Amino acid sequence: MRVEESLAEKSSDFSAIVESAAAHLYVWALKDIPQDLRDALGDAAEKETSVIGQRVLQTILRNVNVAEDEKNLVCQDTGIAVYYCRVGEHFPLHPVRIYAALKEGTERATVEHPLRSNTVHTLTRESTGPNVGFRIPIVHWDFVPDWDGLDVKCVPKGSGSENMSFLKMCVPADGVSGIKRFVLESVVGAGGKPCPPGIVGVGIGGSADYAMHLAKEAIARSVGTRNPDPLVAQLEDELYELLNETGVGPMGLGGDVTVLSVHVENADTHMTLNPVAVNYQCWAARRASAHIAADGAVEYERDA
Amino acid sequence: MATHEVTFPVTDPAEILKLRAGDEVIVQGHIIGIRDRTQIRIFDEGIEPPMDLTGAFLLHTAPGVRKVGPGRYEKICIGTTTSARMVRFTEGLGARYGVRAICGKGGFPDEAVEPMHRLGMVYFAIVGGAAALETTQIEEIEEVAWEELMPECLWKFRVSDFGPLTVGIDAHGSSLYRDVQDRARKKLEDIYARL
Repeated sequence: MRVEESLAEKSSDFSAIVESAAAHLYVWALKDIPQDLRDALGDAAEKETSVIGQRVLQTILRNVNVAEDEKNLVCQDTGIAVYYCRVGEHFPLHPVRIYAALKEGTERATVEHPLRSNTVHTLTRESTGPNVGFRIPIVHWDFVPDWDGLDVKCVPKGSGSENMSFLKMCVPADGVSGIKRFVLESVVGAGGKPCPPGIVGVGIGGSADYAMHLAKEAIARSVGTRNPDPLVAQLEDELYELLNETGVGPMGLGGDVTVLSVHVENADTHMTLNPVAVNYQCWAARRASAHIAADGAVEYERDA
Repeated sequence: MATHEVTFPVTDPAEILKLRAGDEVIVQGHIIGIRDRTQIRIFDEGIEPPMDLTGAFLLHTAPGVRKVGPGRYEKICIGTTTSARMVRFTEGLGARYGVRAICGKGGFPDEAVEPMHRLGMVYFAIVGGAAALETTQIEEIEEVAWEELMPECLWKFRVSDFGPLTVGIDAHGSSLYRDVQDRARKKLEDIYARL
């Protein structure tokens, strides 16, 4: 009996810790973009040769500094709160409770800051609450054996870029060139709408839904990281070069830099499937992370 | 490519006609915030907007604000949304209400080029996502109508040195977006031939 009580107590402490971490991460991600992204934007400004492209990139760099000086949000679109959780097998809080705590944290950050609330019922379009709703926030789960920690990464996802998501069930005969064509077509077709130059997330293989899931995982990586599979990494490099040949440029107004990076995540697939999904992340590729240890200690990391 | 300063609302059509696609523009005066639901109310539900839009500059926005009194709001974070969703309202805004400029991010598709040419209107491209900077250029929220559509109300902002904006579509039938797409499509043909 005493053991059960102490477990319940521990569980509620951990819920509070995860809730606070989520609230902190959501606001922090919106205000202070990671160093790898700042570097990539700086490099883009060095490369860009068009007058209008320079105008856009210099404004972006100025905006990042103003957000810091004014302690304001980088972008007004507070997005949909998306969390990526890596849960250790021995972490003291069950994922059911982790989800509830992330939801509470999202709500608390929205009310206390206050942040613009975006969530609505899909059919009635009426607000469902402070950036929470049925199945919102969205959480990606990864479970880690022989570990007792929890990593939480918050990636608020704006709608301008999320609206530029595309799926194609290529056939095996389309091959790798079919995948490349679809990514090129998607990014050129999106033009300035997803706030380029950003990160192009590509998911290949698996099934229709899983390809899009992988594309979303891809945009949460640090800018410029490479897939560990050399074949996939090569595809990332090739797509990066090809996309930057299209001349779409910053905000779709023409220029040399159309994308900052291309990240591809892959899964194996059925012999007759060749799914490819594109999920765009805008230049304001916001993310922030926390590591929660089994003793309840929380470490925050902006650049993870 | 020239740089201009324009104060809104404009009374002289020459202020719009002098602008060419690609030019840089800094805006002073008053601008009106508007979004999807605001325009659905005006055009689909046929409800007259309770603000004068003659010569106006419309900004595609749903601002983050704090309520400080009845009908009074303070800015928190004001940025700009994707314009393409709202392109079908262009003709009505120009012909019926005399709007002269529409500002948003991501551009308008080609269907906006002809009415903007005919009606003497421009599309200004702002840098999407650069809301922290944009917020500092909005001095005050002077008026708000249709609060029940929060945050997609009709907003009146007083601005100072708002920009830099780029003329994306001018009143002479030119569109940077169309030019960029045409060039990119040609480039894609080259690329596909190499794959």
